[in-house]
Amino acid sequence: MDGGGLQEVPLLGLPALAVLMPMAVWVGPDGRIAAAGPTITKVAGRALAGLGFAEVFSADHPGGAGGDVLSPDLQGRRLNLRLRGEEPLLFRGVAAPAGAGQGVIVNLSFGIRASDAVSRNALTGADFAPTDLTVELLYLTEVKAAVMAELAALNRRLRAARDCAEHKAMTDGLTGLANRRGFEAALARAASAARRGRPFSLFLLDLDRFKAVNDTHGHAAGDAVLAAVAQALRQETRGEDLVARLGGDEFALILPGAAGAEALLPLAGRMIAAIERPVAFEGQALSVGASIGIALSDALTDGGADPDRLLAAADAALDAAPRAGRGRAVRARAG
Amino acid sequence: MHGLVNRSIQHFLTETYGADLWREAAAEAVLPPEGFEAMLTYEDAQTFLLIDVAAARLRKPAAAIWEDYGMFLVTLEPLRRLMRFSGVDYGDFLASLDELHERAELAVEGIGLPQLSVEMRGDGRVTLRHDPTWPGFGLALAGVLRAMADDYGALALIEPCEGECRVEVELLDAAYSTGRDFVLSARGAA
Repeated sequence: MDGGGLQEVPLLGLPALAVLMPMAVWVGPDGRIAAAGPTITKVAGRALAGLGFAEVFSADHPGGAGGDVLSPDLQGRRLNLRLRGEEPLLFRGVAAPAGAGQGVIVNLSFGIRASDAVSRNALTGADFAPTDLTVELLYLTEVKAAVMAELAALNRRLRAARDCAEHKAMTDGLTGLANRRGFEAALARAASAARRGRPFSLFLLDLDRFKAVNDTHGHAAGDAVLAAVAQALRQETRGEDLVARLGGDEFALILPGAAGAEALLPLAGRMIAAIERPVAFEGQALSVGASIGIALSDALTDGGADPDRLLAAADAALDAAPRAGRGRAVRARAG
Repeated sequence: MHGLVNRSIQHFLTETYGADLWREAAAEAVLPPEGFEAMLTYEDAQTFLLIDVAAARLRKPAAAIWEDYGMFLVTLEPLRRLMRFSGVDYGDFLASLDELHERAELAVEGIGLPQLSVEMRGDGRVTLRHDPTWPGFGLALAGVLRAMADDYGALALIEPCEGECRVEVELLDAAYSTGRDFVLSARGAA
């Protein structure tokens, strides 16, 4: 401090010291606590005057028994002190001489762990000097937690919105089935699984006579038929199967599992039969048929690893179906 | 206007006047129906339009809406706690308002609360002046001051002079009643 040549400040009374540094401790030359500030007393939970400083506090730094707070070597240096007890409390301290032969004044603060200390001892703003920034530190801690919580909530909302948008982008509005985008994503996933030894089969399905229904009875009728087809396909498939409407009157199915032609051809037959059931619409009975092309991932030399090859195989089979007679399912040849 | 402020206004309108009022006012002010996002920034004009529209629908002056908003803020426990940090008693709290802008910036950079100046005129009289960037701010502040006086247990007269960007406070008794409890560290309770 700049005293303009004065080396000693006139004696500071204990009440004034308590105001300026409520967590200060005056340690006499005999190592006993001569006086302790109101807040450190509150935190210690007992009167400290008369007790040995080393009885009440241990020094973490500078370490152990060498931490003699009266030592001139330690004055002005940061001390890490610990209030002895069941649940030791950590403090930051600094010591300075109290005056010739008077011992030292050790000022204490909580440092970065202020929050813990404050709540354990139910301290209030009045326990700190108005110049002490401990309260501001607590404010910052609390406000930071609130802001982080808002950010986390915002993140969750954004993620939910993104998931919702993604789902919409992959769904056919009319039927609720996957759309072409959703189908392509699922096919890529299935091909990837096939590479890891999980085979699947691919059905491509075209409706027969759909155009005629649309032309004769109008688009609303066409939509009703599509919805009925979607429903029929859902009923014939399991939870893990994917049913998609690729557009127009084209549908596709991805069926995980190693089922062979002996199971799949009958399944396709049941689907076609279900689709052939007339659909009631405004007093009319609308009727369409279906052709299905089937390809099995493990019938291909690459085991279904390339989705385009599998698609081409199913497509070729589908093309062959009408030649085999309308309303038929044809399985792609191996290779 | 920062999303957090706008969100608090949205919350205030919804809680105080109902979801229907909010929806109608938001639609008229051309805001998305789901409202404001906390961490985004919006054009100031949108906020002021929203308040004007809400005021018209409620057949109340915008000034009343702003004051009610201020009082509402103090009913939000996290906000009330953050304000109690600034002062041990109401007098301290008033004196600390010149740091309001900085405290808010420490919490959320860019939140942009107006700067306040605090003039202690003696005899418990305090003049608070704010810059004119935010019409209605003084009124909202008056609402906050009224609610915080109750919180601290103080008795004070609060008079906003919106046209002159100031609020006059007369602290009659800092310890008129007990006020509400405030523990510095709410760990475990927060």
